Amino acid sequence: MNLNRREFIQVSGATAAGLAVSTLGFDLKPVKSHAQMLKTKYAKETTTICCYCAVGCGAIVHTSKRGDGRVINIEGDPDHVINRGALCSKGASIKQLTENENRLTRPMYRAPYSTKWEEVSWDWALEKIAERVKKTRDDGFEKTNSKGQVVNRTTSIASVGSAAMDNEECWIYQALLRSLGLVYIEHQARI
Amino acid sequence: MTNHWIDLKNSDCILIMGSNAAENHPISFKYVTQAMQNGAKLISVDPRFTRTSARADFYTALRSGTDIAFLGGMINYILKNNLYNKEYTAAYTNAPFIVGKSYGFKDGLFSGYTKGKPEAGPSLGGYDKSQWAFEMDENKVPMMDRSLENERCVFQLLKKHYSRYTPDMVSKITGTSEADLINVYKTFAETGAKGKAGTIMYAMGWTQHTVGTQIIRTMAIVQLLLGNMGIAGGGVNALRGESNVQGSTDHCLLWHIWPGYLKTPSASKDSLSVYNASATPKSYDSLSANWWQNYPKYSVSLLKSFFGEQATQANDFGYNWLPKVDDGKAYSWFDLFDKMFDEKIKGFFAWGQNPACSGSNAGKIRKALEKLEWMVNVNLFDNETGSFWQGPGVDPTKVKTEVFMLPASVSVEKEGSITNSGRWMQWRYQGPKPMGDSRPDGDIILELGHKIKELYHKDGVLAEPILNLKWDYDTNGAYDPHKVAKEINGYFLKDITIKDKLYKKGTLVPSFAFLQADGSTSSGNWLYCNSYTEKGNMSARRSDKDAVNNIGLYPEFAWCWPVNRRIIYNRASVDPKGQPWDKDQWVIKFEGEQKDGKWVSNKWTGDVPDGGWYPLENPDGSKREDSKYPFIMRKHGHGQIFGPGRADGPFPEHYEPLECPVEKNFLNPQRVNPTAVVYSSSEDSHATCDPRFPFVGTTYRVSEHWQTGLMTRPQPWLMELQPQMFVEMSEELAKLKGIKNGERVKVTSARASVECTAVVTKRFKPFNIGGNLVHQVGVPWHFGWRWPSTGAEESANLLTPPAGDPNTRIPETKAFMVNVIKL
Repeated sequence: MNLNRREFIQVSGATAAGLAVSTLGFDLKPVKSHAQMLKTKYAKETTTICCYCAVGCGAIVHTSKRGDGRVINIEGDPDHVINRGALCSKGASIKQLTENENRLTRPMYRAPYSTKWEEVSWDWALEKIAERVKKTRDDGFEKTNSKGQVVNRTTSIASVGSAAMDNEECWIYQALLRSLGLVYIEHQARI
Repeated sequence: MTNHWIDLKNSDCILIMGSNAAENHPISFKYVTQAMQNGAKLISVDPRFTRTSARADFYTALRSGTDIAFLGGMINYILKNNLYNKEYTAAYTNAPFIVGKSYGFKDGLFSGYTKGKPEAGPSLGGYDKSQWAFEMDENKVPMMDRSLENERCVFQLLKKHYSRYTPDMVSKITGTSEADLINVYKTFAETGAKGKAGTIMYAMGWTQHTVGTQIIRTMAIVQLLLGNMGIAGGGVNALRGESNVQGSTDHCLLWHIWPGYLKTPSASKDSLSVYNASATPKSYDSLSANWWQNYPKYSVSLLKSFFGEQATQANDFGYNWLPKVDDGKAYSWFDLFDKMFDEKIKGFFAWGQNPACSGSNAGKIRKALEKLEWMVNVNLFDNETGSFWQGPGVDPTKVKTEVFMLPASVSVEKEGSITNSGRWMQWRYQGPKPMGDSRPDGDIILELGHKIKELYHKDGVLAEPILNLKWDYDTNGAYDPHKVAKEINGYFLKDITIKDKLYKKGTLVPSFAFLQADGSTSSGNWLYCNSYTEKGNMSARRSDKDAVNNIGLYPEFAWCWPVNRRIIYNRASVDPKGQPWDKDQWVIKFEGEQKDGKWVSNKWTGDVPDGGWYPLENPDGSKREDSKYPFIMRKHGHGQIFGPGRADGPFPEHYEPLECPVEKNFLNPQRVNPTAVVYSSSEDSHATCDPRFPFVGTTYRVSEHWQTGLMTRPQPWLMELQPQMFVEMSEELAKLKGIKNGERVKVTSARASVECTAVVTKRFKPFNIGGNLVHQVGVPWHFGWRWPSTGAEESANLLTPPAGDPNTRIPETKAFMVNVIKL
């Protein structure tokens, strides 16, 4: 019998309900199969790729369908052809990365010469950033270089990052930066 | 990687050097182990005995920064003992090319050298590379001697260059015993036999040197000589460190390239046609595919993705709206922070990166941040960059920089794709919603773009590129990764008929072979054209069915660039008649019909072939004129043993690190790379052969932490496993310095000092370097004052030097000089 993981769980779930023990050809420990059923019954299952190194291991994320809607568990994906369910110590801790009380959850602002962070709204933060970008860019915009060649750039703003972003995010980020005229664009690949 | 992770299992000999795969890419070992179970040999070469070494059939050590000497010795061994794959070398590499008479090498310098500071930025000197050109015949095709006997051919020059790399000489430089050297050379060189495959797994242990590019070139030469490129279980495999560093490089968040490795235009390219002409190589050899001849199709399609309908033939597709760099000048990481330190940069985005801990000579970076007017820090956690103004030794009331810190979502809270080291683009889905008020990076970027556009609607300097930037990537007010993924793939922008088939306006382009230079197609990145087509999102595929050759390609699992080709340069895996060198683990195979000794129909099977032309030869051995050489991305179609495009020479040569423990280079009179990039602001000091810093230092990673540790240090489990900054040292050195295991010590360099816990171990042994005892120590670079909250664990990059590779400007963080002092 050739079952992938999800089909296996469906069948083993049925086993727990008292059906078709012979489908699998062996009997499962009732407790184990019940636990598996709990995870799938009350949770949304999504696949992901590990956010640490570049091996690209697959993982399965179980998110609660009830209550806070947060992650219940993240484990290696047995159907992923690279890692076949295995994860290293970092990959195995993605749940703790996600459900982590040290995470930033509000935009913060530190004024010049201030000694503290202040919570601010997204709208306020992004409006201020847009204003700063515009002023710095327009004040120092170079239409030509010292040789008189057209360069249409700003060297007053720089950006670093990020290999931690998705492909699509990287693409729109570089498009935005280049449309603004930035040339100091770098990220992890350089170092 | 030219190959991919699963393919490691097909290897007969795996050299792990410049990486520590067992600890830093642990799951890769699934396939290293499989290869070993099938009889493969594993060799580990590392200054320190690692967990990779513990699994190896053979381990030996070398002093950090001497890899070119080590591998140059391997080239010498292969050539001296005739262990190279003659047919492959003569047919597929540039070994037969005749080099012009102006090329020369004397006293450690190639011809064309000028000492001093070229315009590009701080550098010890530079070359006039035109002196390394090939001899051309009357048709402008490189002259070749396929017998490899001409004394000016690359092969003979190579032989001469590396004849100096004798085991005795190499041993003196690296500290590796001659017997160990020979053992490694012999074992690896056995993969030069047809049907055998050898591979290399390297990482930052090779790139982070003032000679980093040339270390990798040395290995590439070995792989070409042994016929290991393009085959299953072979290749040159960089183990990349971040989940999407491959993708972020492909999409070019880098100053010198545009998406798909197109060139950032410089000021002298004042129109699109001048730019395209300068970037498009010309080959006069009908057998060279010279793939980059398609450059204008990719650049115009990219401009169409940038500016949509606003990009027209009449306005050069918006070419001049985009910024130009000055010719010959560098704008790299080092230069960026140098300018920031010099108060030339006023605004700064640190987006998903922590330069206060990740950059070499991080102390200068931290000081540079104080000189900014404003900074935007986007991350999952507060970090040493965002909070630099309250870092160790900083008085916040004296720091003017305004800081915005924006909370990003974790990967499982959003949807989109990432590309692994094997070039596989894989789609991820949203599990939970973003925590608190955090937002996916995509939403933040998109909204910021909308807000900036709003401001420029009123007024602004050169508003056109901003207002005309195509920015319709929302669905119901939220960022839509599918829309961007489709834009990256590209669209037909009008009805086009190609090879009698009509492609409708608004449909997705099937692959980059369909892209046009007249503005009738868009593609945000030609390399990804074929990833999201009318057949759907290729990166989301999940079939575990293997290909017909059964070598673990899994062609319908995810998607890989280019055009789902899993092993690149795979036409070098077959002989000139199209038949695999390795009959068992073959990658592709020509199965066309033949008649009277000639191929009469074209059919390849296996992986997606690197260009589907007929083989170079017919079954009867006659040459075909409708074929192409296998190395299609090279102008002349051949693997480059001679690399005339590199900044520091066409052949790799051993030079010492900028900071080294020896007064002179034993191989030549140039101690350091004569083109190395070295910075010299008041915060950029270095010291070589200085009694204050007598020991070689290097940095590395542990399994439980990741990069600067920002995504691992705030986690209790991982911190429990690896709680502290440490320095590993030999028992001999510990005895010399009176240091006991577990004691806190200070590691100092010319830049800074960092407190560490001493780990006294047998894993390091002192080296015998030319008769002198040289000690080496190592520090992980995962720590920083912000986490753990004690503030006592600091970044190893406070110690690392202000110098880098002249080709890439990657810093030399793998070899520098330190002292260790008992507290």
